[in-house]
Amino acid sequence: MELLVVLLVPALSAILCVLPIGGGLAALSTVVGCLAVFLISIHVALTTITRGHVIAFLGWISCDSFGALILLLVAFVGLTTSIFSLGYIRRVVPQEREGKKRRYYARFNLFLLSMLAVPAFSHLALVWIAVELTTLLSVFLVSFEDTPEALEAAWKYVVLTCMGAALALVGILILYWGMKIAGRGDFTWSGLIVASPGIPGPFLQTAFLFILVGFGTKVGLVPVHTWLPDAHSQAPSPVCALLSGIETTTVLYTIIRLLPALQGLSHGPGSWLMAAGLASAGTAAFLLLQVKDYKRLFAFSTVEHMGIIMFAAGIGGTSAYYGANLQMVAHSVTKAFCFLAAGSILLVVGHREIASVKGLIRVSRPAALALLTGSLAIAGAPPFAVFLGEFSILKAGIQSGQEIPTVALAAFIVIGFCGVMYHVNRMVFGSPDEEEARVRLPGSVLVALGISAIPVFLLGGYVPGILEEMLRLAAASLGR
Amino acid sequence: MTDLQANTELLTKLNGLAAGLFLLTAFGMIAMRQVLACLKLFVWQSILLAASATILGFQHSSVHLFVVAVITVGTKSILIPWLLVRLVSQEAYARREISQVLNIPTSLLLGMALVILAYFASSPLLGASQDPFVRMNLPVGTAGVLLGAYAVVVRREAVPQVIGLLAMENGSFLAGICIAPDLPIIAELAAAFDVLIIALVMGLLTRRIRERTGMTVVGKLASLKED
Repeated sequence: MELLVVLLVPALSAILCVLPIGGGLAALSTVVGCLAVFLISIHVALTTITRGHVIAFLGWISCDSFGALILLLVAFVGLTTSIFSLGYIRRVVPQEREGKKRRYYARFNLFLLSMLAVPAFSHLALVWIAVELTTLLSVFLVSFEDTPEALEAAWKYVVLTCMGAALALVGILILYWGMKIAGRGDFTWSGLIVASPGIPGPFLQTAFLFILVGFGTKVGLVPVHTWLPDAHSQAPSPVCALLSGIETTTVLYTIIRLLPALQGLSHGPGSWLMAAGLASAGTAAFLLLQVKDYKRLFAFSTVEHMGIIMFAAGIGGTSAYYGANLQMVAHSVTKAFCFLAAGSILLVVGHREIASVKGLIRVSRPAALALLTGSLAIAGAPPFAVFLGEFSILKAGIQSGQEIPTVALAAFIVIGFCGVMYHVNRMVFGSPDEEEARVRLPGSVLVALGISAIPVFLLGGYVPGILEEMLRLAAASLGR
Repeated sequence: MTDLQANTELLTKLNGLAAGLFLLTAFGMIAMRQVLACLKLFVWQSILLAASATILGFQHSSVHLFVVAVITVGTKSILIPWLLVRLVSQEAYARREISQVLNIPTSLLLGMALVILAYFASSPLLGASQDPFVRMNLPVGTAGVLLGAYAVVVRREAVPQVIGLLAMENGSFLAGICIAPDLPIIAELAAAFDVLIIALVMGLLTRRIRERTGMTVVGKLASLKED
């Protein structure tokens, strides 16, 4: 029941947004809706810990604690970005264009709905449709600013990810065929695991490769990542936070969820995942060094982190899965925070070029502090959450005897760290070319930055008991 | 020979005909320069997909597959072409695309290589099934997916790229109707709806690109890149 409410609330808010009443209704219903979704997700998460799963329709809509973890992440980032949107959209959209604002909030809610649906659905065909909808419902958010560059980014985004989805569909259909040969069960995540010993090996192998390449396009795996920096830099900043922070994570979740069904394979998926992960992390680490646009900087960092998580999932074993899940959580909250910081800088300086932002600390202290902490956190400096995640992944890699790839990954992480801090250092410190007046940020932007900073700091020092339990259950569910 | 066997043989042959023509239309989409001709080929391809679904429906005596055929004809050969023609200006359809990334004879040769690849990729799966329909539809469907992807990559006009994407979905469904004929109807309906949204979203985006930049040659949009 709770899961249905989670899906209905954003749908309802989207309807309220398109109704042409009052100025603030769209914004208000979005924030209230997101708050409600967040509270219900906490409830769902708690229920999955005590009872194992929450079921709305058996075999169609249900989630276990791994699903609930992703649901909670989506709901949290949705809440902070909706608050951030209040001030951001009021600044960037002219007062008289009421319709454009309403369209923004309606699309925001629909996009959030599709992302909530991915972990809430358990039938694989529905999961595929939900993933496809995350693309289709966010295209017009990417092109929202209506510049030729934004339209170009939106076009590349939709063409590449829809191609990926068509490939993934072939994989899903092959899995369904395999389930029929095995002769039992619902076509759900848990049904798949039960039936997997009966599915012939070539079926699992082929289906996994189709799904890895197909959904990998959407996660931003090298070499099909080319749309990602474009779309994740051209969209309005709160949307970037959604795209980079949670959209990639929800799709990665669908790939990782296949793992327990594949354990019988002689040539397991582990080496594929590790190779794909290393390639992504390595390419992105070097591309980070030469960016000229600070939103692209964070977009490449997303490609790098997706690679790191994929690598961890490829190592296998409970401690590596635990690290992968921790890193997923840490990356989501931190990257969303980084893009919100980037958005507040955009409000202050009005452009996205790294070279012409100098001495930000003298122009706007909150924006500069947010950027500095966000980049330190995402680059993996202690004592932030990402550091903890990366540390546990590297430890698991060494322990499982994969020394050489793990050391390579560590090198890429260090290069990525240098890349991010080199650019950010020049933006925050240094003296501005001309004396600029201080700019005040809207209150809701400051509130959103404050709320989204909480887990970035908190998770670095200690993981709360409930979250720890969820991470442990999620890791256990991957290991079979 | 009993009636049933004769029936199955006839249906197998008819399905072979439909699948062969399906593959031909997939090649046609690579070979056609004119945008409108591409769209017409897509309509034919969808009708052939529906025909294959109907034939399989007779074979398995399943109402379900007839519904799939009806949905396919309704969305893919009527609604989507109508949407695309409505959304994108007529001028774009009359245009002939000269500047493909690779010329057409090269493209056709590469297309043949892709078909061979599709047969190799599906051969380990075919060992599990003696069903003649699967042996026909799975490789042809996979080839349809790959040829559609190839069309998206080499075309520079917006509408042929959209059609290439939709042809990829057609390929997956041609494989899907024989390997997963009993997929729940709600999933089929949702998938049809999903394809419709793809056409709608990309049509609207094409229109917007034309309004802002005055062209529909999306291959020329290249301001975002690493340098």
